[in-house]
Amino acid sequence: MKVKLVVFASLFLIASAFTFKADGLKYLTKNGKVSFFSTTGLEDIAAENNKASSVLDSKSGKIVIEVLINSFRFKKALMEEHFNENYMESTKYPKAKFDGKIDNLNDVNFSKDGTYKTNISGNLTIKDKTNQVKTSGTLTIKGGKLNGLTKFKIVLADYNVVIPSVVKDKIDKEMEITADLNYEPMK
Amino acid sequence: MKKSHFLFLLLTAFPSFIFAQTDTTDLFSLLGNDEETTYSTATFKTTRLMNGHSVENQAAGVLDFRINHRFGNVNGGVYEWFGLDQANVKIGFDYGITKWLMVGLGHTNVDKTYDGFVKAKLLRQSTGKKNMPVSVTYVASSAATTLRWVDPSRRNYPSSRFSYTHQILVARKFSNATSIQIMPALVHRNLIDSLKFKNDVFVIGIGGRQKITQRVSVNAEYYYVLPSQINPIYDNSFSLGFDIETGGHVFQLHLTNSRGMTDPQFMTQTQGKWLKGDIRIGFNISRVFTVRQRK
Repeated sequence: MKVKLVVFASLFLIASAFTFKADGLKYLTKNGKVSFFSTTGLEDIAAENNKASSVLDSKSGKIVIEVLINSFRFKKALMEEHFNENYMESTKYPKAKFDGKIDNLNDVNFSKDGTYKTNISGNLTIKDKTNQVKTSGTLTIKGGKLNGLTKFKIVLADYNVVIPSVVKDKIDKEMEITADLNYEPMK
Repeated sequence: MKKSHFLFLLLTAFPSFIFAQTDTTDLFSLLGNDEETTYSTATFKTTRLMNGHSVENQAAGVLDFRINHRFGNVNGGVYEWFGLDQANVKIGFDYGITKWLMVGLGHTNVDKTYDGFVKAKLLRQSTGKKNMPVSVTYVASSAATTLRWVDPSRRNYPSSRFSYTHQILVARKFSNATSIQIMPALVHRNLIDSLKFKNDVFVIGIGGRQKITQRVSVNAEYYYVLPSQINPIYDNSFSLGFDIETGGHVFQLHLTNSRGMTDPQFMTQTQGKWLKGDIRIGFNISRVFTVRQRK
């Protein structure tokens, strides 16, 4: 009886461990690339952050992304200073967050290599202002690793980013944001 | 038997317990919270408070073209156009070699003086993994007047033209809007008016800024010369003004009792007295050019 019980229990454990692995696998990155770009012809505003962290849950399709504002690197040092000091107030609002999900999760087969088109929606929070974002992207699965890529535009005024009139010819009202995230399975 | 039933239940329940947990886990908590060091930036808007240096350095590869201008004393009245008839100008170029080292050269018509400086960041204020309450910077400058000798008949040494200044700047950014800086300085003059005075003069400066909008701040700067070192006709330098920042420019508008704009001049040769109305309107304009782009 005891032997039977142990065997049964172990089988159950192994089985459930497998299901857990196949279903609930989460993917993580801590050095995702998030960049933004805008141009007015007079001036390009561009910066890149290579320290974005993100988790993608393949079971629920949920995606969360977090970036530190002061980790954005500009080509011009003064632009970076003004970005942190004047526009983003990064000591007051240190992080930007995205909390969303893949809407067409059924179209993605995480156990099969390939590139899948995804529709993503969620809430983007910058400077404590949250707005809904809807975008499309691609999810590339290769050898158990994921790459998520998406581009979308945001309106700066929606996030309380104020452009003073003296520089309004140099800074566009909209920014194109690109997220390029290489995930590894979480242990 | 009862015991093993319990064990069975526990074992089978355990994995599902994990399931239940993972489904409600806040994914943000999985991102981890690696503590990083956050360095304070933009303690001041520019590399100068008004006359003297602030703890800010020019970024690596950035050239800063500076024009400093001081008018005459406002108490000159209508005849002097409240000082606007006079012009004291200093033109200078500063350059950031690395993110912690910058150099600069300048020339002013006040005593036809050339000056140059080296400025190095020693400590940066930070929070997080590394905690540092203040930023500390060292500035060494030398100034050389090129006026014709007052008495050409006596033996004049070229070294008599030089003065040197060493300063330690200690600053803290208390908040996004408020920064305070203390700057002890040692000025060495090779030539002085009389043996009654000191070649080495100790000075303590204090300055600060308070932002009133995101792009405008109010600044004050005071240099206290420790007693019985310099000719009593000279007074301590005090300046009060605004920093106005627009893109690549910083305008500094101020009132000051100092005419000279090089370190030994405003620290040890300020002639104006605020209470008598020997106040000058002055401005500095800084325009930066990115010479070497970052990768």
